[in-house]
Amino acid sequence: MKLTASLSLFLSALWLLLSGHYDILLISMGVASVLFTIYMSHRMKIIDDEGHPIHLKGQFFKFWFILSGKIFTSNIDVALRILGVKPIQPQLIKLKLDQDSDLSKVIYANAITLTPGSASLHIEDGYLFVHTISREGAEELLNGDMAKLIPKGITGENQ
Amino acid sequence: MNLDLIADITTAILVSFGCFLGIIGGLGMHRLGDFYSRLHAVGITDTLCSFLILSGLAFQAGLTLVTVKLILVFLFLFFTSPTASFSLANNAWNWGLKPENLPVELAESYEGDDS
Amino acid sequence: MNILLTGAAIAIMFTMLLALIRALMGPTVFDRVLAVNMFGTKAVLLVAVFAFISGRPDVLDIALLYSLLNFVGVVAALRLVQRGKEYAQKKLEEDAQ
Repeated sequence: MKLTASLSLFLSALWLLLSGHYDILLISMGVASVLFTIYMSHRMKIIDDEGHPIHLKGQFFKFWFILSGKIFTSNIDVALRILGVKPIQPQLIKLKLDQDSDLSKVIYANAITLTPGSASLHIEDGYLFVHTISREGAEELLNGDMAKLIPKGITGENQ
Repeated sequence: MNLDLIADITTAILVSFGCFLGIIGGLGMHRLGDFYSRLHAVGITDTLCSFLILSGLAFQAGLTLVTVKLILVFLFLFFTSPTASFSLANNAWNWGLKPENLPVELAESYEGDDS
Repeated sequence: MNILLTGAAIAIMFTMLLALIRALMGPTVFDRVLAVNMFGTKAVLLVAVFAFISGRPDVLDIALLYSLLNFVGVVAALRLVQRGKEYAQKKLEEDAQ
């Protein structure tokens, strides 16, 4: 119920920001589309702590900050490799996923994909297959540099 | 007046650096050898390149609704791009496409180290 | 400022051209989908830059819409590829029997 309320609040704010017209007709259209979206999400059963994670806050600011720094440096690194300043050494590695919840595994895999130079390919038996463009990047991942970043103890509210 | 000049210079620097990164990503599509390496070239254009260009435009718009729209465009790109590239990579893997020129024994030894 | 933004638009179009060449050449279907994804991302940026060149920020709504459509397009193309493979395998098995 709390999730539904916050989702509808979020959707209404999005409508008001994007429409830019505040007369009766357009606002009633906005209310209708927000209600329709909520109804559809209920039918699809995607309103849960995974589809709409409002409990993730606070600890995430530090994570985003460090992740954006990592994205910046690895962008430069991959650009240098494409221009031929550094060598291109494609690698395939297998990382053990020892995160406790599904959500933190998803965050881990997505963080790996977001940083250029490493992309997660496949998940099998608790292992994540990662393709990296350089040997250094592979070693960094195997040392667990990225795994350390993921905030601890992210679990759903209902678990 | 002076503030406008500073905003213009910031925009110029950010947008030109972003376009430069975009062209590098485009070249990477041709310089890199196989599909899995090309994923990284697309990673450049999806993250830092779009961030630089859109934030450069935001400096032109100032604190208006236009900036909010630019931020939303960036957020949509930023959150859909890892999903799209993971689904591409996973599909290619399940299809049976294996990475080229990969030192297999190295991958095996890494696997041993890790567990 | 318009000269700079026009230059940026030309640079983005050049990147789109490179992506398009890869989409036409691409050895596997995944290279093509990847190139089309990149083309779509650059198209969003081009529309955003165009909004500022023409001085009509309303055009940004198109960029927003296109950034979502691009994602849906990639996922739809991949589902098509997957279905096509399953269909081809089923057909092969039927032919073998």
